[in-house]
Amino acid sequence: MASVSVPAERPGGLLRRPHATTGFWSWFTTVDHKKIGILYGITAFAFFLIGGTEALLIRLQLARPDQTVLDAAVYNELFTMHGITMVFLVVMPLSAAFFNYLLPLMIGARDVVFPRLNAFSYWAFLFGGLFIYSSWFLGGAPNGGWFGYAPNSVLDPTRGMTFYAIGLLITGIASTVSAVNLAVTVLNMRAPGMTLFRMPVFVWMGLVVQLLLAFSLPVITIGLVELLFDRLFGTHFFDPSVGGSPVLWQHLFWLFGHPEVYILVLPAMGIVSEILPVFARKPLFGYQFVVFSGIAIGFIGFGVWAHHMFAVGLGPVANTAFAVSTMIIAIPTGVKIFNWLGTLWNGDIRFTTPMLFSIGFIAMFVIGGLSGVMHAVVPSDYQQTDTYFIVAHFHYVLFGGAIFGLFAGMYYWWPKVFGRMLNESWGKVNFWLMLIGFNLTFGPMHILGLQGMPRRIQSYPESLGLAFWNMVSTIGAFVIAISVLVFVVSAVASFRRPKQMEADPWDARTLEWATSSPPPDYNFEEIPVVHSLDDLWHRKYAETEGGRVVPVAAGGSGEGTHAEGDGHAGGHAIHMPSPSYFPVIAAAGFPVIGYGLLFGVPAVAVGLVITLAGFFGWALEPSAE
Amino acid sequence: MAETRVDDPGSETQTPAPHSGRHPGPREYIRIAIILGVITAAEVAIYYIEGAKDFLIPLLFFFSFVKFTLVVLWFMHLRFDSRTYARFFVMGLAGAVTLFLIVLLIFQVFSS
Amino acid sequence: MATLEHSAPAPVTDHAATSTGLPHLKLAMWLFLASDCLLFGALISTYVLYRGASTVGPYPADVFDIPFTSVSSFVLLASSLTMVLALSAIQRGDVGRSRVWLLATALLGMAFLGGQVYEFTTFVGEGLTLKTNVFGTSFYVLTGFHGTHVAVGVLMLLTVFTLSFAGKINQDSSMTVELVGLYWHFVDIVWIVIFTVVYLIPTGNPAGG
Repeated sequence: MASVSVPAERPGGLLRRPHATTGFWSWFTTVDHKKIGILYGITAFAFFLIGGTEALLIRLQLARPDQTVLDAAVYNELFTMHGITMVFLVVMPLSAAFFNYLLPLMIGARDVVFPRLNAFSYWAFLFGGLFIYSSWFLGGAPNGGWFGYAPNSVLDPTRGMTFYAIGLLITGIASTVSAVNLAVTVLNMRAPGMTLFRMPVFVWMGLVVQLLLAFSLPVITIGLVELLFDRLFGTHFFDPSVGGSPVLWQHLFWLFGHPEVYILVLPAMGIVSEILPVFARKPLFGYQFVVFSGIAIGFIGFGVWAHHMFAVGLGPVANTAFAVSTMIIAIPTGVKIFNWLGTLWNGDIRFTTPMLFSIGFIAMFVIGGLSGVMHAVVPSDYQQTDTYFIVAHFHYVLFGGAIFGLFAGMYYWWPKVFGRMLNESWGKVNFWLMLIGFNLTFGPMHILGLQGMPRRIQSYPESLGLAFWNMVSTIGAFVIAISVLVFVVSAVASFRRPKQMEADPWDARTLEWATSSPPPDYNFEEIPVVHSLDDLWHRKYAETEGGRVVPVAAGGSGEGTHAEGDGHAGGHAIHMPSPSYFPVIAAAGFPVIGYGLLFGVPAVAVGLVITLAGFFGWALEPSAE
Repeated sequence: MAETRVDDPGSETQTPAPHSGRHPGPREYIRIAIILGVITAAEVAIYYIEGAKDFLIPLLFFFSFVKFTLVVLWFMHLRFDSRTYARFFVMGLAGAVTLFLIVLLIFQVFSS
Repeated sequence: MATLEHSAPAPVTDHAATSTGLPHLKLAMWLFLASDCLLFGALISTYVLYRGASTVGPYPADVFDIPFTSVSSFVLLASSLTMVLALSAIQRGDVGRSRVWLLATALLGMAFLGGQVYEFTTFVGEGLTLKTNVFGTSFYVLTGFHGTHVAVGVLMLLTVFTLSFAGKINQDSSMTVELVGLYWHFVDIVWIVIFTVVYLIPTGNPAGG
């Protein structure tokens, strides 16, 4: 039943305001953070399947020595697009899906601060991603690596790297704007009583990530602009023949790129910090330490970027300084690991699928972290850099870390979002297949790297003796593919079941479980008043003198939290922000500008007009009618 | 709702005070603008002084710093507003200055 | 499951009640300006990196017209004054005076932009384009980005000016003017840095001789 109070028809205006909050078209005009979160999730998962396919093609090519399944040009496009896809079009938006859906619920709010801006971010992301992918059909995909090192990225004669620069500028705008939106939401929309140190860790990590985005994205924005200008307008930013420096690109890229990897992993760490306590039936060990470590990681993360440039020749002073800062960042990371282990210790553990993925996260991330510390030792990195040893490292932290954490989150919050559980048995099959396949794929890469296999090579000769582990790795990749298939089948099957879920199926600790599954449009019948960390848990349970946890007697269970509610809290109608066309219109101008830059200036003007029209319409339209 | 000065996010929602702290009036703003103009004139004047190379650069930086600060603290009202705004702005500003100074140092821009 | 203690429902768009006591838009604007510091930091440091690195001319000393650019700087500084006077007026409820100061700010901004356009075309005429050398490359992109920011600001000023005739700008909605003002002053302080770093600090002997 619609919970939005029915507004009067507005005469005239640029476009008649859409009103529907249900139905197919409502997804295009929605400003509801929950719908937007689902849109991010579906889109990101679709890109995950595509990026995974790109990986399978790479692994097919590398399965045996001297193969020509893929020629070198296509191979370069594939590993470039695999990287771009997984970083910008999968992990970031999947994290955004969770932040969008959960942050307002976890802080007891009804939506984010700027709902239309939120919708705009999603559409800009989608159009940016589609824009980059359209390159396959329009002259060739980006082929200079996801990191686009100059001068190669400037000089490549195909269109791909121009698509790269423009596409990432578009998605960068989406993320920057979203960062401001979500940061202000966390700071300003908390329910009464929710001080910063009563917020869930996931919310804290959300805040840190938004600040990382806000401060790192502008740097790569300039890098990409400079790259675009060098390619399109003949400037000399990275042109060494007239005094420019390709190393400048590397600094600009990694000043963003390093905080970016924490942007990629902190959300998953936040997810794991929520899941472990629930399935160990114990509070998170050292909550404040986990929070402060997250902040420290974010802060120090800005000070380590040149560890990606140890082999560039920056000199011993720079190399040493960055080696030290990189080792230092291992400390807060280690603190988190020990606190997670402390949470598990002596816990009453339920090995549900979210718990399995969370424990898997910890194990795999530790392995990735160990190889990371090895890279921090400069002379050691001289051997490892640009080999498969690095590839192993970052896949352990980004796949074994971030992706495992995101899968944990999907299993954990599926009932809340969709009103159905994912089947537990299939979930365990998914987990074990993924764990085995993942380790089969990336474990051997440590060996291959130390044996000297360089990165980004289309093939390798028989004589190097790399064949065996490459074959193992390829087999592992297909095991991963099967595990993902299991997940997809399980997800689809879950929708065959009726939408019948209690508010709190896991017996959890945070506020999103205090409202129905899925929540009504307005999230909470009445905004809760918060008295402590893990407020929901303390409403349900108290501790006896002996330290035993016992259910709170009074209050019954689920009164007022099961029902959908009729949108009237205490007799007052709840006014939610109205849907709007303008976010999607404003975002739609960006790819048009992009195609104009590539193919013909008139389109730039058209795109600008569309975007400006979108922004003006938006500014003049009230947020709710 | 408490109209408390907000330096720490409180445990309750707070109605923003309509105008926190005092507001300079137009006279004060004009005074600041005149100072800004005078400093700019001084900067340009110094530029033309021959043989001032050695203190030219530090002096120019000092003057810009003063102008920057005056505009931020008075025109942007940061002197009279919540410290939260200042914290964010300083984060960005200090971050930018620090990170890019390090980049320039690595490029040895400041060595001869 | 326990019932939760309830308070009055908090509407999403109620600007009055926020956890920090600070209005959403103002907090958002300061965060945005903080992130913009990094944008200009990257552009300015690109320029500084390439100072003296051009292998061919024209070089800065060949093209810069300091008196002209000084006048531009005065114009932009003056526009910050008119901006803050516009805000002061609207906070006192004086829509008419605010309107005048807003228009003045926009006109001064346009004068600044006109000066930039004149400067750019003059430099091009003297042989300095984006492609000529790294000086041209870094100079035009840095000042061009700044100029674009000014242009966006002028657009916002003219919009607010126009809206004031429709009764949309008054003492209660002075936040709009305040936000535009914050953006405008930021653009001004960036110019304060650019004027010194690019124009006033002399570039050493050019690489080409």
